[in-house]
Amino acid sequence: MLTKRIIPCLDIKDGRTVKGVNFVQLRDAGDPVELAKIYSDEGADELVFLDITATVDKRKTLAELVTKVAKAINIPFTVGGGISTVEDVKVLLAAGADKISINSAAVKNPVVIDQMAREFGSQCIVVAIDTRNVDGIDFVHTHGGRKPTLLKTQAWAQEVADRGAGEVLLTSMDHDGTKAGFANELTAEISSALSIPVIASGGAGSMPHFKDVFTFGKADAALAASIFHFKEIPVPTLKEYLIGEGVSIRK
Amino acid sequence: MKVAVIKYNAGNVQSVLYALERLGVEAELTDDPDKIRSADKIIFPGQGEASSAMTYLKARQLDQVIREIKQPFLGVCLGLQLLCEHSEENDTDCLGIFPVKVKKFIPENSQEFKVPHIGWNELENLADDVLLRDLPESKFLYYVHSYYAELSEVTIATTHYIHDFTAILHRDNYWAIQAHPEKSSTVGEKMLSNFLNI
Repeated sequence: MLTKRIIPCLDIKDGRTVKGVNFVQLRDAGDPVELAKIYSDEGADELVFLDITATVDKRKTLAELVTKVAKAINIPFTVGGGISTVEDVKVLLAAGADKISINSAAVKNPVVIDQMAREFGSQCIVVAIDTRNVDGIDFVHTHGGRKPTLLKTQAWAQEVADRGAGEVLLTSMDHDGTKAGFANELTAEISSALSIPVIASGGAGSMPHFKDVFTFGKADAALAASIFHFKEIPVPTLKEYLIGEGVSIRK
Repeated sequence: MKVAVIKYNAGNVQSVLYALERLGVEAELTDDPDKIRSADKIIFPGQGEASSAMTYLKARQLDQVIREIKQPFLGVCLGLQLLCEHSEENDTDCLGIFPVKVKKFIPENSQEFKVPHIGWNELENLADDVLLRDLPESKFLYYVHSYYAELSEVTIATTHYIHDFTAILHRDNYWAIQAHPEKSSTVGEKMLSNFLNI
């Protein structure tokens, strides 16, 4: 049986992890490769690296990091943040990334999804959607959720799937950072409408939140950052809990 | 030991090289028929589309080279599908090493079963085969594919998605894995090392 995926997300700046991490076994808390290795050994199903480096010349550092990660770990990983062209994708896939994720660039120029999917295959193109509810309607936001667009989230999710995205990474900005649970209703609506997998993100605070997003939320995968980094919920404990709750999970 | 990884117009070869590196093997990525013929082990990886891959292989006579190999040969993902007889993906005649047909996943219920089949799924019905020796107890592999090989006499392990399909094939000196062993944690690593030790 196909299992639900648990995905820790690492924020990267200038080749280093930015958010504080709290792993006693880490010799260098800022080394993404070491952290990635720990997560993969602990049973994480996949990893996402989100690059928040602002400057273009520092992006070379990202490709170098991707190669180091690819050499070190034996599970799939996605790289996102500031990717806008087919050339950007080519560099990162050649460096060893399994998938790339695009966000603002897809909103600005949707045809780039078609181009990337045609060039590299849908399986490696993840479209990240940041959504926020405004007066009862879900709208796509860009620039880390700060900038609203006129795109309705449900319609945009359908469009990116039609254009050839392989997966959707749906982050609810209303839930992100609250630790009050994922956006189950919206996730379920989008996951049911699409024929591609949906990764839910934003709001993880406890183990039952993961159970909820996999059952009520119909998510194919769930992504979280701080609860894993600070060891509030270790990946093995979470997986054991979910298996006990009857969720299909890789042991 | 010389390990050749066949270079062609398919993605995802780099991760196979890295996985071999983690096992202490420096493989050569090549499309040179002589180097492929003289290698001790050959790996045929890949992710992509069947008909353009076949056209590419034929244009370089690599189809003939692959059919004549006598050494242990391992196809991975698209590599498995190309070693079969025929693929429904753009109605493609493939290499015919395995007398097996490749079909597209058709979900009965598209809400429950999405295509492609992406993620970790379990190996079942394992035959007693050298490739499958001493695997860890938990046998999950990472899959990304929209087409699958039908069950056959040369199937040595299955996986269930929508229905049972062929996870691993073995005939003579040819083995093939539908999942990505290079991305499948310790289970995948063990299979690769079993292959290298054949």
